[in-house]
Amino acid sequence: MIETHPMQDLIRQHAVLATIGDDVAAMLAGCAQNVVFRDGEALMREGTPADRFYLVRSGRVAVETAVPGRGVAIIQTAEAGEAVGLSWLVPPYQTDFGARAVGLVRALSFDTACLRMKCDADPHVGYELYKCLLPALVERLRTARYQSLDLYATGAEQAGP
Amino acid sequence: MDAAVAVRADLTPRPVKVIAAQEVFASVATLTFQDKGFAAAPGQFMMVGRPGYGEVPISVSGLTDDGFELTIRAEGAASQALVRAKAGDWMGVRGPYGTRWPAVGGGDLLIMAGGLGLAPLRLAFLQAVDAGYDRVILLYGARDPSTIVFTDELDAWMEEGRASVHVTVDTAGPGWTGNVGLITTLLDRNTIDPARTTALVCGPEVMMRLCARRLEAEGVPAQRIHISLERHMACGTGACGRCQLGPLILCRDGAVVRYDRIAHTLSIPEI
Repeated sequence: MIETHPMQDLIRQHAVLATIGDDVAAMLAGCAQNVVFRDGEALMREGTPADRFYLVRSGRVAVETAVPGRGVAIIQTAEAGEAVGLSWLVPPYQTDFGARAVGLVRALSFDTACLRMKCDADPHVGYELYKCLLPALVERLRTARYQSLDLYATGAEQAGP
Repeated sequence: MDAAVAVRADLTPRPVKVIAAQEVFASVATLTFQDKGFAAAPGQFMMVGRPGYGEVPISVSGLTDDGFELTIRAEGAASQALVRAKAGDWMGVRGPYGTRWPAVGGGDLLIMAGGLGLAPLRLAFLQAVDAGYDRVILLYGARDPSTIVFTDELDAWMEEGRASVHVTVDTAGPGWTGNVGLITTLLDRNTIDPARTTALVCGPEVMMRLCARRLEAEGVPAQRIHISLERHMACGTGACGRCQLGPLILCRDGAVVRYDRIAHTLSIPEI
């Protein structure tokens, strides 16, 4: 019988991983820790190894990138029940964007090397985890496609210079 | 013969005075018109133009004690001439025309507005918070923080607490502490009861299509999703047919249309 730990409960309570079984949650719990970020603190920095993956429990996280001439542009925010840092899933395991706390943020933080090791060791864990994360990835793709249309621009703005 | 005369009378603009002009942001302005006895339902539109520049259809965004307000974006020559208007200018005005947002009470009302699409929904929202809905939710998406319309009112509506008001933008700079992302992300973060929800959606057509599909996927019946469509409206009365979209003449059968009546035509690029 698998003993239930508080971390395992927190993992199963999170919307992203709500469908995983107890056994998988127990495996993932070994890679997880509870973290808190204060306003303005970085969860991830752009272009660095994707060694952490976050499930936001409360607060707001701004996903951002530096744009020459414009400074930092926020391209997405994530809130409770959402994931930040999906770049760990695919090589080269590098973050494409930075992430910063907007106000106080509580999250579950996962060691992604630990996650990959457990997924490789037990394909059942990997399959269950990927089934949970794939909808988030597809939603990101869908969102990015619509945002690329610049829906609210005027006709002149859409036409470009 | 009488009917023909009546149509022509309806096509004749009446001179109406602009008594206030307020820039919302670059290329967008709200004009207040003095028009005693004016009445319009939420969602209806006016044909309005500065003499010599042609007319454009603009939804009524507000009612005053003795007139109405239109919020206009400068897109072509006619609307540019309107956005440049000053207090004291006279415009040619016809209407109101078209269908209205449904006057339903009870259950939950979900309003999804994108960009300047909040203007045609403003009246509906103001009436809805007093109309006996169990819950009114307003989800608003804009291009970036500088293009949010009715900023002061949105802040006031949030503070009043009579409705649940949420704003998101597609992109923002570091000073922005609100939501960033598509308007549908706000839907993910707000629980709705599909069986009790009536939805009003207005904004760019692709955004409305996206929202309507998401709402259907959530279980909101298409008959209770209403969108506001626009094509090249000319007469405003259904006489000329310029604004035909599939089976509908939008100036007469719209602009507010039940989604189930039009969903099948919205993905056809030829129309």
